[in-house]
Amino acid sequence: MGENKIIELKNIAVSFDGEPVLKNLDLSISDGEFVTLLGPSGCGKTTTLRIIGGFVEPDEGDVFFDGKRVNDLPAHKRTVNTIFQRYALFPHLNVYENVAFGMRVQKKPNDEIKETVARMLKLVNLVGFEKRSVSTLSGGQQQRVAIARALANNPRVLLLDEPLAALDLKLRKDMQTELKNIQKSLGISFIYVTHDQEEALSMSDTVVVMNNGEIQQIGTPQDIYNEPKNAFVADFIGESNILDGVMIQDYLVEFFGRQFSCLDAGFEPNEPVDVVIRPEDIDIVEPVKGTLTGKVTNVTFKGVHYETIVDFKGFKWLIQTTDYYPVGSVIGIVLNPEDIHIMKKSEYSGMFGDYSSYSEEFDELGDPEAGLAEDAGEGEE
Amino acid sequence: MKKRLSAAPFAVWMGIFTVVPMAIVLWFAFTDENGAFTLRNIAEIWQYSGTYVDSIWMGALATVICLVLAYPLALSIARKAEHVQRTMVMIVMLPMWMNFLLRTYAWMSLLEENGLINHLLGQIGLHWSIINTDAAVVLGMVYNFLPFMILPLYSVMAKMDNRVIEAAQDLGSNNWQILRRVILPLSAPGIVSGVTMVFVPAVSTFVISKLLGGSKYMMIGDVIESMFMGDGCNYNVGAALSLVLMVLMLICMSLMRRVDNGEDELGGMMA
Ligand SMILES: Nc1ncnc2c1ncn2[C@@H]1O[C@H](COP(=O)(O)OP(=O)(O)OP(=O)(O)O)[C@@H](O)[C@H]1O
Ligand SMILES: [Mg+2]
Repeated sequence: MGENKIIELKNIAVSFDGEPVLKNLDLSISDGEFVTLLGPSGCGKTTTLRIIGGFVEPDEGDVFFDGKRVNDLPAHKRTVNTIFQRYALFPHLNVYENVAFGMRVQKKPNDEIKETVARMLKLVNLVGFEKRSVSTLSGGQQQRVAIARALANNPRVLLLDEPLAALDLKLRKDMQTELKNIQKSLGISFIYVTHDQEEALSMSDTVVVMNNGEIQQIGTPQDIYNEPKNAFVADFIGESNILDGVMIQDYLVEFFGRQFSCLDAGFEPNEPVDVVIRPEDIDIVEPVKGTLTGKVTNVTFKGVHYETIVDFKGFKWLIQTTDYYPVGSVIGIVLNPEDIHIMKKSEYSGMFGDYSSYSEEFDELGDPEAGLAEDAGEGEE
Repeated sequence: MKKRLSAAPFAVWMGIFTVVPMAIVLWFAFTDENGAFTLRNIAEIWQYSGTYVDSIWMGALATVICLVLAYPLALSIARKAEHVQRTMVMIVMLPMWMNFLLRTYAWMSLLEENGLINHLLGQIGLHWSIINTDAAVVLGMVYNFLPFMILPLYSVMAKMDNRVIEAAQDLGSNNWQILRRVILPLSAPGIVSGVTMVFVPAVSTFVISKLLGGSKYMMIGDVIESMFMGDGCNYNVGAALSLVLMVLMLICMSLMRRVDNGEDELGGMMA
């Protein structure tokens, strides 16, 4: 991954009909980087892509390509190509001509077009489909045509707007691997939009978590998962128990009236903080050995693990465990310093990470895949 | 059983409005005044071949002018915001609320030697003798039939997926290339139906040519009308004239469709 910035967005603001959609957005993308914009529906992901693609002009701020300001450069002159949410293939052209479109426009010689189309169709596994009308293709095949069509233009940056959202789980997983391989082998930058956090974590070099038109956090998937910056990120990326705590001093936090050592520092003495504990990090032990003890109120089998809700003095935690503890049993837990993540208080404090109402949410969370992919947007509040 | 029932209204409609009238036309065209079979009516038509050619030529001219005027207009309507579109379509339709004859009379008085236009032109010392010429007839046809070209074009264009146009832009097309490679091929069905809806009534019109073209029988529609009305009327020749007009029109339309399909294939290969 080259260190030179191929795209930079500086201080971007956009509103539609007086409604702010993006606020003070700063983002830079390196050559060859796989960047994912992740956030709930309506948070401004598509709008961000459209600014880069040249379809929306920002009200404020600047867009740079290779250090040159391109605010006024029309879409057809930008060296980026887009895979649109729902493909937007040309219905009057067959597969071959869809892929060839960009080269026809550039008046490339026929031999070159033929060679490139063949190469692209091979890349996306559609050899033999040249003459097919695009309307007769399955969703996955149309998706591949859209990918081939964009890549045939030899872009330096590919913008992908939820390219896999319409595909079934199995196909989505396969295409994720394929897209990642394509990106690696071509060495170009991908800016990938999704609201599926698993997809974001597994494919990206860098994840940009957005909400309400603002960037919440930018970082590697590991950073985002292990060191969420605020309660929104912690909750949006995987499951989290989020508690009120007080940072007594560096490396020492107090919650539930007890003090725990942790790995975080740099807070004011006695600063109120949010404490994140991931459900899979919690070790269950016998009650006498636990630093905290609680009572199991709910257990759901999820295949890989049990989701166990444990009541600690009225505050319910979600714990993922491979061992089965029946409802009503009393357990103890141990928290290691590396399992405790401290976040500064934010506008999202107190909004997420409490499983007290879990039993009522039970039905919505019943289907884990749907929960990840679809509920991400609305299921929060 | 069910199928037959649901097809019944269509069959009745077809029978009353298409099959029976066609049969009557056929019967008149191939019989003489005594009802005996003859080909004489068809043979007589040769003397009107010049009129056929003129009618088709003028109808085609009016159709092409309509298309050239309507296409950019329809496109600009279709690209506006939705509420603006509705208003603009209303304005296009507005003249159609008035009777066709009235509109044509209005043009007559506008274009007359002493009409409004010449009155205004006279103020600056000019004069325009257009009434009773082919040009006046074509003008009348364009004016009357323009909405029939705009509406089908507009309705395909309004349905066009804007993201497909953005995709073309994304792939490097400038406005001209978008028009040629995406909008034009996607609007082909609208062009075909618009052309049909203008060309057919234009070729067979008789009111416009009579009011704006003077007294001579300039269009085949006038000749046919004269065969059914007034002194020298002859239903048999009139029916034969109509029949031939219909056949010619069918040939024109199928040629047009073939060109359209061929263009698609050609476009597919070269686009
Ligand atoms: N052309 C437009 N006119 C008015 N409002 C718009 C327009 N485009 C987007 N918006 C609004 O801007 C906000 C952000 O939209 P955007 O499409 O960027 O969201 P998104 O993050 O891509 O969501 P999703 O995951 O549902 O695709 C939404 O509230 C949307 O209604
Ligand atoms: Mg979107």
